[in-house]
Amino acid sequence: MAYQVKKDSGFSVVHLTGDIDLSCSPEARKSILDSLAAAQPTLVDLSAVTYIDSSGVASLVEGYQTAKKKNLEFGLLGVSEAALSVLELARLDRVFPIYASLKDRLAKNG
Amino acid sequence: MSANHYAIEVEDLVAYYGSRRILDGVSLQVGYGEIMVIMGGSGSGKSTLLRHLLALQTPRSGSIRILGRDITTASADMLHELRQSIGVSFQGGALLSSLTIGENVALPLREHTRLDDSIIEITARLKLEIVSLGGFEHLYPAQLSGGMIKRAALARAMAMDPKMLFFDEPSAGLDPVVSSELDDLIIKLRDTLGVTIVVVTHELESAFKIADHITVLDHGRILISGTADIVRNSSIERVQDLLHRRSRPIEISADDYLHRLTGG
Repeated sequence: MAYQVKKDSGFSVVHLTGDIDLSCSPEARKSILDSLAAAQPTLVDLSAVTYIDSSGVASLVEGYQTAKKKNLEFGLLGVSEAALSVLELARLDRVFPIYASLKDRLAKNG
Repeated sequence: MSANHYAIEVEDLVAYYGSRRILDGVSLQVGYGEIMVIMGGSGSGKSTLLRHLLALQTPRSGSIRILGRDITTASADMLHELRQSIGVSFQGGALLSSLTIGENVALPLREHTRLDDSIIEITARLKLEIVSLGGFEHLYPAQLSGGMIKRAALARAMAMDPKMLFFDEPSAGLDPVVSSELDDLIIKLRDTLGVTIVVVTHELESAFKIADHITVLDHGRILISGTADIVRNSSIERVQDLLHRRSRPIEISADDYLHRLTGG
């Protein structure tokens, strides 16, 4: 797994790439929580995720809960098919705000 | 197809309990992401086969390769590592009665990972949600129905996101609706996560609903192995006996029967 955090259009966008499993999900979690700790509205880009295990999904859930507590926006971008099937299994596709891309999210503002 | 394409490859497996031969030259393969159902009547050897696949027993002869590793010759360390890729849902649940359901599901993660507590707790709750036990994490096994215990056992089996899941009689003792829901879940785990699944059962309806392949055992030998259609349409009399629940005549000579009764 690799991750990159970019500032774009007022959001902190955490780009996750490759397999997110037990060995690397703590890193992904930290990048998400760090972004939220800096009071940044945070979007996690999952378009290049080839696999995400439960610990990765739990990190997203924790991130969303943390964001809600801090009254910060949190959402997922471009969820890959591999990641979506895992989210669907736990019915989380109905929980997270999901956008096709950052452009899609920005279009929501009109 | 080469051996690397099989998640499980069993070759000429022979197993004994004392002097009684239980498995007599069993060979089978299970492809990655397949559901294999092992069927057979009582005493056919299916539970013994399962115990060997889990490396809980050592065979008299033959080989068993799980995820590319021969478990009959594997070291204890290798087996320990391999078992982290495998989940087992035992017939009776095998939950620890002194722990809540949530703690039972979290246990493998606490034992085998260094994940943060909050992640372990969320993961355990996610697994319970998947088996429709969301919100029950604080209950103890004694407070659950039989169907709930089976589902909790499955949640624990899935805790480590295993590549392979084994089920021992998942539907036994469940009402038809819960049983059907469990079947749907097994299919969903294969379809969404690509988990390789082995189910030991004698529930025919369930077997034909979920199986990619069915292996029928009888007296420690494979009667037939193939797709559900191949098994359903088999002309082998014993297979049809099992499928149609026909009782079988006692196959023993009068002398042998007398000998067995008198022990003489």
